[in-house]
Order: sequence, then structure tokens, then C-alpha cells
Amino acid sequence: MAKIVIDGREVEARSDVNLLQACLEAGEDLPYFCWHPELGSVGACRQCAVKQYANADDTRGRIVMACMTPVTEGAIISVEDPEAKEFRGEVVEWLMTNHPHDCPVCEEGGECHLQDMTVMTGHRERRYRFDKRTHNNQELGPFVKHEMNRCIACYRCVRFYRDYAGGQDLGVFASHNNVYFGRHESGTLESPFSGNLIEVCPTGVFTDKPFSKMYSRKWDMRGAPSVCSNCATGCNTIINERAGKVRRTLNRYNDEVNRYFLCDRGRFGHGWVNAPTRLRSAGYVINGDMTPVPAQAALDHFGKIAASGKLVGIGSPRASLESNYALRKLVGAENFSTGMAEPQHSLVKLAVSLLAAGPARIATMHEMETADGALILGEDVSATSPRMSLALRQIKRTAFNKAADQARVPHWMDASVRTLGQDTISPLFVVSPTVTDLDGFAQDAIRAMPEDAARLGFAIAHRIDTSAPDVAGLTEAEAASASLIAEALLASEKPLLVSGLQYASAALLQATANIASALAAKGKTPLISFVLPEANSMGLALMDGLSLDTIAARSADATLIVLENDLSRRLDGAQFDALVESAANLVVLDHSVTPTAIRSQVTFPSAAYSETDGTLVSAEGRAQRFFQVVYPDAPLQAGWRWIADMAQAAGLSHVKPWGKLDDLIAEIATTMPVFARIPEAAPGSDYELEGTPLRSQTHRVSGRTAIRANISVRDIPPPSSPDTPLHSTMEGSYSTDMPGTLVPFYQVPGWNSEQSLNRFQQEIGGKMRGGDCGVRLVEGVANAAGSYAMDVPSAFAPRAGQFMLLPEARVFGTDEMSMMAQPIVERAAPAVVRIGGAVAKGAQVRLSLNGEVFTVDAVSDPSLPEGVATCPPHMVSRSWSAPGWVSLEITAPAERIGTESAV
Amino acid sequence: MLGILRTIWMTFLHMFHRNETVQYPDVKPYLSPRYRGRIVLTRDPSGEERCVACNLCAAACPVDCISLQKGEKEGRWYPEFFQINFSRCIFCGFCEEACPTYAIQLTPDFEMSEYVRQNLVYEKEDLLISGPGKVHDYSFYNVSGLKIPGKNKGEAENEAKPVDIHALMP
Repeated sequence: MAKIVIDGREVEARSDVNLLQACLEAGEDLPYFCWHPELGSVGACRQCAVKQYANADDTRGRIVMACMTPVTEGAIISVEDPEAKEFRGEVVEWLMTNHPHDCPVCEEGGECHLQDMTVMTGHRERRYRFDKRTHNNQELGPFVKHEMNRCIACYRCVRFYRDYAGGQDLGVFASHNNVYFGRHESGTLESPFSGNLIEVCPTGVFTDKPFSKMYSRKWDMRGAPSVCSNCATGCNTIINERAGKVRRTLNRYNDEVNRYFLCDRGRFGHGWVNAPTRLRSAGYVINGDMTPVPAQAALDHFGKIAASGKLVGIGSPRASLESNYALRKLVGAENFSTGMAEPQHSLVKLAVSLLAAGPARIATMHEMETADGALILGEDVSATSPRMSLALRQIKRTAFNKAADQARVPHWMDASVRTLGQDTISPLFVVSPTVTDLDGFAQDAIRAMPEDAARLGFAIAHRIDTSAPDVAGLTEAEAASASLIAEALLASEKPLLVSGLQYASAALLQATANIASALAAKGKTPLISFVLPEANSMGLALMDGLSLDTIAARSADATLIVLENDLSRRLDGAQFDALVESAANLVVLDHSVTPTAIRSQVTFPSAAYSETDGTLVSAEGRAQRFFQVVYPDAPLQAGWRWIADMAQAAGLSHVKPWGKLDDLIAEIATTMPVFARIPEAAPGSDYELEGTPLRSQTHRVSGRTAIRANISVRDIPPPSSPDTPLHSTMEGSYSTDMPGTLVPFYQVPGWNSEQSLNRFQQEIGGKMRGGDCGVRLVEGVANAAGSYAMDVPSAFAPRAGQFMLLPEARVFGTDEMSMMAQPIVERAAPAVVRIGGAVAKGAQVRLSLNGEVFTVDAVSDPSLPEGVATCPPHMVSRSWSAPGWVSLEITAPAERIGTESAV
Repeated sequence: MLGILRTIWMTFLHMFHRNETVQYPDVKPYLSPRYRGRIVLTRDPSGEERCVACNLCAAACPVDCISLQKGEKEGRWYPEFFQINFSRCIFCGFCEEACPTYAIQLTPDFEMSEYVRQNLVYEKEDLLISGPGKVHDYSFYNVSGLKIPGKNKGEAENEAKPVDIHALMP
């Protein structure tokens, strides 16, 4: 820490930051554009000018750019100096000479950093009489809208897109006033992180296209803190609502998890909550048609069928912990399934047990960014957990920082650090059967089938610690790679190991755990992470239930209750039919119409994540709570409320209705020790700040007496819920000291854009003032004696006449709920089967999968070995369980025409 | 005592004042063009809706009686619906002042009585008039940078032709 003087006020400042950060942390209103807490400084906009004085006797001072000047002990600066103020005013005036008269028709208006900074510097009237420069726009795909006239050339977009996220297809063209940020031609932005441009851009050049189609001003929307449910990473989000519709998803800062950025699946994958595929009333399904019935009639019907036999419950890794617990209580632990089929069920359990046994600590995403040696073993993280892959891309930057330390260049000096680090090797190793997006960031990307990747992992563990089992019959190249990676991991201070369930291989998980144990045996403190399939997979594994396969055997003649789960994605056609037909009754509780719901007798509409509150456990073992932003019309209610109603209708007295969510959470915490800490995940519904509950609307929300006047001119009381600590209206407290888990939007006076986040943090890039977000339920045992898994798999051997079909995970397309959101559907590429070896252009394959035959376009993938093919799971056949041997029949293009004409 | 006498005297004097009773509705009072009465939505000189659904009127409204939703047609923003709850409106004119496009204007018409309160909720069809109202020649899109049908980039007032980013000259 250093003492600096700002306008005569002595403040403490961190010595490793620049003056701009120091001023912002001291609460000064100092305007800036090009600096970003995660992207550092480049000094492009000249906006943060302050006056610095050489010593106390210096009365003249000199103007410096605060973002390019390090904090020094005893520095004397002035933000309010008239000359510095005039300088900043002129800079904004220059930037505004070309800025169009667009604010009323700009999606950024009302939350625009440029608006805020212009007001802050006091520039009001245009004096420049000449023409404004204009630019033609580009079509950038379904996510991002481009309006280049509005650009002020801060370079944040390319610094994020290229330097931070590693994208290639957004660049800067031309010079001086004419600089142009865009692609070489119109086309969809390729990076799965393109949505962050919307938040990174300080003005309206890049705006949210799906949001623009149902646009509302920031001040008009209700916000609620939420947790992304599109993968197991558990990124924190803010969801915005107006008039009963979810309008958009924004990033919510959590210093240990997603920090400043989201992936596009998380940002644009929420549309299914507004889609016509939602279930909005209880219904009887007759011959595949859903007939809406009053909720009470459906409950009475359930009461009748439940009285006749035993109840079997199938939970879901995409439903909240609370709903799953309620179902488990209703049917009893011996009749409760986690909703996961084999082998996923056992693998998730194995992953959790390996993580809980230690000795490695589960890495937070922020820890991953600063790892200095990392191995990704047999998982395409960039597709299964995109945000995690963005964190892993920063390992390269951490290596740059080391080079910068040697040259004594501060880390925030972005351009210099990147120049210094350009020859640095990134200590990241990728082992994967297919090409992954992370290959370009790795020191070495090794192609290996899952079995071979696991063997390599075992071999690395043996080379680190010889008491780990050795692998016989490694090729020379594999042995060399194993030694290289083992050395790199041993040389690093913070080694990181990542694997996952994509290839459904227990050996991969065990190999990764072996490496962790070996590193721990050598005195290292390794970090580990397993990518899990779904938002609450970890929670369900901890909850303890049976697999779908086991429960299928027990469900004959029982009433089967399925909670928010589409079994047709997990069981193949025959298994699914058998399960449905053997059960006496099928009751489905879900928020969307799924093939499972269509096969049921009775459906109950449950509330989606935006309409209720609940807890999810991320793959990091972090229990995090999401809060409702929409107050849905009856009969929509939380899954656990339906289950309580069902219990009452069936006269089952062991399930008493819970009054509010907190009661249910308290019950879970007392009855299941593993969840003992979940009440700490977020404050309860009785939380008050400054004596009042929190508000979820801004102080300037409009249209209160008109928004539903077309229905009735009479005012109705605002909606309320006993479950959430956030009040549904603008009444209540809101402050920068509110808990990080409860921030409904970011806004402070003078700072209307998301840049106001700086005021909510203890220090920029540090913890939230109001405390941590979420609670970690799984911690490895740090000093556990590493025990080694001994069963090394045998090497992959191709089979004649058959293909090993591997899953090709995709950011857009293979996930369930996001594929009900229109922008994601538009972004998802059509399914193709990639085949190792030569395939004629335009060929197709006939693929027998799960007893069905599919005809899919085929492409040759030279990175795959002969006899191996990949196919995106759930996109060709609805169900997918694990890689397996299939027969493929490749039809050449000419033959295809022939067969078509024959048909 | 003095006060009572003074009051009687004042009342007596009123006998010699001019009669203030107006024969409304047979005789209508004069209202200046700036009178703040019923709200209308106007059109620009080309006959298109002026409202760009920026929501500033709704934000300025002290009684929150304006509600609208933005829609977009070939680059032009317009309100998908625009409703004003006149049973709440206080005719303050803040919406007119906030409007950046002269779309929302207050007119001298004040005769809006209804027997049913619900009828005081005006939709866009009720609000939209066919002319430009008090401001005759202003067209917002002629000064903004957006491209709309009939106006390409660089064709608005005070705009240079779009930059050719492939040109080699600086």
C-alpha cells in the first residue's frame, strides 16, 4: 500500500495499480474509456487526464494520463484541477464530433458509458460545425448488432476479442478518424465469447441483437441475481424482466467464478423461458395432445392414481436442489433416481468422490487463470464449459506476466506486457481425441483417443511419483510427451489438472486424480477440476439417488413422477418406451413441453429458473442461489410446491407443505449433512439492508399505472413472494454494500452503465463489498495420503468394419434448454459426422445409433485416426449416453443422388 | 365586526363587476396553441410515425401513465404499442419536453370525459394523428446516423460519405 494525495485528501492506494484505479477505488468520479479492469491500460482515449505535482511545493504540476501512471508513494495529484478538467472536457468534445445523434434509437441509451462520461465532464453543446464521418455496418450474426458510426476508437473490442479471448475474426482497419472495428466481411462472429463485446464496448457499437427484438431501457427492467443453468460451471448472471418476459441476461461479477465475462450460450440461451414450448397450465395428455385442466382437477387425479400403488421419483440434474429434495422425500430415498442414466450416473459420482477425497483442491475459475502449468486431459473444455476455457486461455497471459515481472513492467500496462510476452511459451497441455479451440493456446496439443489419453495420464503420474502405476507398451512419442508434461507440472508452482465426463471414461478421471496425488506426494499443491454435464449434476451426485437404469427395473406398475427431466435424451428409444409402458402412470412436472411430457398422463407446469428461487451446485462444488425475476401467473409454481401439493392430494402426511423456501432449505441442511452449509449460499428471504428489504427495480422505472391498463385500468397490488429477499418494486434499499449474491443491477449516481461495478467492489477486481457469492460444499482433504487407481486401460485398438463413435460437444447445439432459445438455434451449425480418413466431398453416412438409422452429412477430419468418427450428441439421435462402436455406411455423392431418385 | 362589514362591502361591489359565467359548451373559451391538453402522437413530414419508442416520455412522466414497447422495421424504431392512461395523466407536458423527435405533443383539446374509466386508456390508434402537429419540418432520422429505407449511411444532415476502409489514402 502507498499513501497518495488526491485533491488534498490523503488516501491509501495499492502500489501495484495505476492512478486511475487508485482514484476510482478512492471514490473519485474520474472519466475513462479504454481502461478496463480485466484488459488493462493502453492509453488510447486520453480521457483520464489528471494533474500530478512533483512535490508539495510544486504549484504548476503537469497533466498525466492516470491510467498510464503507476501509483508511487507520496504522489500528489488533482482530479478537480481546472486545467485537467478542461482537458478532459475537450477530449470528450473531440470524441463526440463524430458521434451520431442516435441516443433515442440506440440500445445502449440509458446505460451508456459514453453518455455517463460526457455528462460527467460537462460537455453539452456541439461547437464543431463540419460533417460527421460515417461507416457502413456489418451483419455479425444472431447475437451482436453492429453500428459503427458510434465508435470512439477505444480499442476495447479488439483487445477483448483478440487479446483476451483469442478470437481471430474481429479486427481493426484503416487509420485516424476512419478506424473501423469489424470483420473482413459481414458474417457471424466465430468466437463463443462475442456477447461480451456488448458489455465491453463503452458505447453502442456492439449491442445485444436478441435483446433489441424485445427491447426495454435499463431503468425500466426488474433485475434479479441468477445463476446460469446452461452448463455446470455456475456463472453468476443478472436476468432482466419487463412485463412478465425475461429480456436479457447480463454478467454478474463473482470474483472467484466468472468475474467480468460470460459465454454466448449463457448470455443468449435464456429465450426458452418465454418460448411457446413452455407449459403454462396443468394438463392431461391424451394421444399426445395436451388438454389444459384446472390445477386442482389434475391434483385430484394424481391423488387417485397415487393411492393405487407405490411412487417412484426421477429427479433431474437441471432442477434445483430444493425440488429434487422434495421429490426424494415424497417417494423415499429407495425410490428416488438422480435422473442420470449409466454411465453418466456412476461417473459423476466417481468424479465427486475423487474430488472429495483430495488431495487436490477444486480450482475456482479465477485460480485457473493464474495457473502456471496446466493439463487438460481428454475433454474439449471449450465446448463443454466455454467460460472455463476462457479462463484457461488466460494461462498464457499469466506466463506473459512472468516475463513482465522480470522487465519490471506492471501487469496493467497491457500493450507492453503483450509485447514482452510474445515469445513466451504458455505452459498448457491439451490431450484430446479431437481438435479443440484451446489447442492454439497450448504449448503442446496431443491427439489421443480417450483410452490413450488416460494411459498418458497414468504415465505422467508415474513419471512424477514412481509409486503410481506405470503404463506398459507406451509408444516412443507418448513416453516423450509424458515426460515433458510431468516435468512441466513439477516445475510449476500452481499446477492445474482438468478433465471431464465428455468421453464417459472413468479411466480419464482416475488418471487425472493419480496425477494430482502424485504431485501432492512431491509436495506440490495441485488444483483440479472436472467438467460435469449439467447445472446441478454435482448437487444430484451429493444427494445420493439411484441411476435411471436401476430405477427403471423398479418402476414396473408404479406411479412414476418425473421432475424437470427429459428422459428421451438419456434413454434410447426402446429403453424409454419400456420405462413408460411398464409404469402404471407417468406424471411429469416440467417447465417446457418435452417428449417425456407428451408421453405422460398428467403434467404439472413448474416455474423456470427466472420464476422461482433455488440452489444449484456447480462443478466447482459451489452452492449458489438464483432468484426469481418474473412473478408468473398461477398455476405456475416451484417444483417443490407442486410436490407438496401432490403429497396433500394423495394424502401422504410425511410431506408437510413448506411455507417458504427458507424452511425447505433449513430442512435440507439439517437432514442431509452434506448440504449443511447451503443456507449460507445466500441471505434468506427476511434479509434487510438499512431496515428494509432490497428492491429489484430501479428508482426510475416507468409506466407503473399504464403497463397493464389495457387489461384493466384499476391498479393492483405489486406481486410478492415469500421466497425471495428482493421486493418486486422500486421500494426498498439498494446500496453498493449489498451482498454480491443479491445485486439485482449495477447502478450508482453518475454511473449508469455496468462500469458502476467498480463501486461495488472492495478493490477493483477484488471481492464484492457485500461479501462472497455462494458456498463451497466439496473441499478435497488437503493432506490426504494419495492413493492411486491401479487399473490402467489398454490402448485403443480399431476394429475392422466398425467405427468408434465419439461425441463432438458443441457450444451451440448439444445443450438441452439453450436449444429452445431462438438465437442459439440460429447460431448452431447443422449436425455432421466427422470421419477419420478420406471421405468424398458431399458424402453422407447412414449411421445406426440406439437401434435407429440416421442419414447425416459426413466430412473428413484428418485429425481423427482411421476407424473413428464423431457426432454431436443429441443432435442426430435424441438420446446419447456414451461413445461406442457403430457401423457406418458412407454413401458417396453420386450414389446419393441415385438412392434419392430410387426413393 | 370590521371584517364582517368589509366582506359585505366587497360582495356588494361585485354587483358592478362584469359577469364571469361562460356559456360552455355553447361558447368555448379561447385556449392558446400551447395549452396542455390531450396528448397526440404526430407524424414526420414524410408521413411516417415520428415516435421512435425511446421511452424518454415514459421515464419523464411523474405519474407513470405512459407505457410502450419498442419495435423495429427495416432500421426504423417504432412503438409496437403505446398506451397512455389518461385517468392518471396530469397534463404536465414533461413528456412533450422529453421527446427528442417532437412525436408526442399536447393539444388544446381538454374535452375527454368518459362514463367508464377504462375508456380513458388510449392506445396508439387513438393517439396517432396524420400530421406533424406543431412542428412542421422536423424529421429525426434526417439528423440521426441510422440507415433507414430511403436514407443510406452518409445521407443525413451534416454527414460525410461512408468511409471506404479499403482505401489506401490516410
